Amino acid sequence: MIAPTKPDLVTVNIDGKEIAVPKGTNVIEAARLVGVDVPHYCYHPKLTIVGNCRMCLIEMGMPAVDPATKTPILDPATGKPKINWIPRPQIGCGTNVSPGLHIRTQSPLVKDCREGVMEFLLINHPLDCPICDQAGECKLQEQATGYGRGYSRFVEQKNVKPKRTQLGPRVTLDDERCILCSRCIRFTKEIVKDDVLGFIDRGSHSTLTCYPGKQLANNYSLNTVDICPVGALTSTDFRFKMRVWFLKQTNSIDTESSVGANTVVWSREGTIYRITPRQNDGVNDTWMADSGRERYKQVRAAGRLTTVKVNGNDSSPQIAVNAALHFCKDGGVAVVGSGRSSVEEQWVTKKLADALKATTHLVSRVGPGDGLLVSADRNPNVRGALVTGLIATLPTAKLASLAAAIDAGQIKTVVSVGEDLADAGLTAAQLAKVTIVYLGTHANATSAAAKVVLPTLTVFEKSGTLVNQQFRIQKFTKAVPAPAGATDDLVVLAKLATAAGATVPAAELAAVWKAIATEVPALSTITYANLPETGLLLDATPWAALPFVEGESLHFKPAK
Amino acid sequence: MNLKSATLQKIDEVITHYPVKRSATLPLLHLIQEDIGHLPERTEEWVAAKLGLEPINVYEVITFYPMFRRKPIGRRHIKVCRTLSCALVGGYKTCAQFEQEFNTHRGEVSPDGEVTVDFVECLASCGTAPVVLIDDDLHENVDCAKAKSLSDQIKAEARVRSQESGVRSQEPESRIHT
Repeated sequence: MIAPTKPDLVTVNIDGKEIAVPKGTNVIEAARLVGVDVPHYCYHPKLTIVGNCRMCLIEMGMPAVDPATKTPILDPATGKPKINWIPRPQIGCGTNVSPGLHIRTQSPLVKDCREGVMEFLLINHPLDCPICDQAGECKLQEQATGYGRGYSRFVEQKNVKPKRTQLGPRVTLDDERCILCSRCIRFTKEIVKDDVLGFIDRGSHSTLTCYPGKQLANNYSLNTVDICPVGALTSTDFRFKMRVWFLKQTNSIDTESSVGANTVVWSREGTIYRITPRQNDGVNDTWMADSGRERYKQVRAAGRLTTVKVNGNDSSPQIAVNAALHFCKDGGVAVVGSGRSSVEEQWVTKKLADALKATTHLVSRVGPGDGLLVSADRNPNVRGALVTGLIATLPTAKLASLAAAIDAGQIKTVVSVGEDLADAGLTAAQLAKVTIVYLGTHANATSAAAKVVLPTLTVFEKSGTLVNQQFRIQKFTKAVPAPAGATDDLVVLAKLATAAGATVPAAELAAVWKAIATEVPALSTITYANLPETGLLLDATPWAALPFVEGESLHFKPAK
Repeated sequence: MNLKSATLQKIDEVITHYPVKRSATLPLLHLIQEDIGHLPERTEEWVAAKLGLEPINVYEVITFYPMFRRKPIGRRHIKVCRTLSCALVGGYKTCAQFEQEFNTHRGEVSPDGEVTVDFVECLASCGTAPVVLIDDDLHENVDCAKAKSLSDQIKAEARVRSQESGVRSQEPESRIHT
């Protein structure tokens, strides 16, 4: 990535504190840098500025200058430059810093303004916090507490508006709660380019609505729920399921494509309730696709594998590992690794393949990219397989080379790391010709055909790292405990590799990373612990010539 | 939408008056309402396609202005002022008279299809209150008696028209289907 050029800095004074901020910064962001909160609703750093909520009103002033001599006028009482304050408040979001700008965010005028704005916003807001999903993460709640007057003077009737409009398949709108900030309208228009939301009947009865006959159905619709500062837009999936303050937040990565959007997994007592995006300005800004949010459902999906099987009978992991090795002892082994495995798992898979003198393959998953946050490569970690040396070239469609080798009778045993070989392109006849050892999370045609089945974990039940399309290595963390009977992929792979005669460190991330750092030059400076939450860009030059399938997307341009 | 060719010409012309097409939204809606009498279904789509917008953008504009109508009105639009001066000297009575004459209610089409009676805000002729605007013609000092005579005039014209077109079916000017 190209380092940003050093921006011009401008010195401003916020509540008496001097700070140098980049030119073009607005007052809300400048205040954030000195730890001052300027409350706001409509302003969002990734959207255009409209200034319609009026919550971020501040006082601003400039140093007084003598008109004749152009010299600063000093205040005789203090000896400091005199400040000419503008008598009326200004909006912070729409005010960009200029040299010498003075800002007051705590003056009596600003306090009055905030109280007034809060009072107007609350006039028609229903008091349904006790049943509102947003409660606990609601800007209106927080700022009413922080900046409101504390009691209501409103004795008239509140407006009545639609209470449960289905805006689309995944978003439900409560119009009474809407404070008309227009973030959702700007998001759909500016980021997704699917302009279907708007305000109708503007006036006392302004109502957020979707154009009649259309739906908010794009694959980014749930981001409107995230950016809604109140409880107006709610996720149909999460609605009325759980109070947010009970939920544990775990940082994770969206595994639906090689974009590697940063996410937060929200869980309670081993159950995941929702997935939301986590800000990473180098990858996904503050957005993620709806399709990635559904992925937690695989944890409790039907067909989850929880029993070790050998020849169709329940077994123990150790017996299964021995049985697997027994099938591999005569040679003719192929290891099908996975672009969905973590870097650590791929590295151990490579060790296993080397010990078995096996050929290695990777399943290719290519779909249409949407140019935003779902890329054409639906494997989250093909680049990890390249970096760890599991593969040297990009995977081909339908496991063509493996299919040919099976047809030629060179392969007797296939070890599949979480990949459904039938789905990947092998025929039933080809599957019948080989003995299959399957490590995986869910039942499928391959697990049914396998002689040995070792249940493993989903991305939510383990920790590890993935390398995205930018060659950015990012870590994900275990959010919920594994189901009984399933074992961490890394542990299973390490057991297999050790039994096959490879030297593999203890199957735990710190030990594995110590070994990876000594053996993989590209990862020599990294440990799991020191990897920043926003990831680390690796040097991509060794693989620059490979024909990667991704097209342009947010924060990513394919190499020419 | 069924628009007269003259309207289509005006629409294409008025778009050129603005630096960005979007600005022509209101003029286009006015022209369509003038031609058809109201803004029929799918107006949003038609205008949006014409101006390179999304239908929701046009829908927002239409719902903001109360004078855009989404339903057909009578042959004539009787607008009775109800702002202060007219209200003080009997604007409400005038309106009631019109409603009685045509056996209708404010905002509805009369059963004979001749008129729609509506209250409007100030017509800027407070000195001659109460005032009434029938289509584009201002009528001053419209008390109940004058309201009755205006109504009789409208009914008489309606009778003449129905006799003229008694046999041949009434065919409006040629319309171009778009």
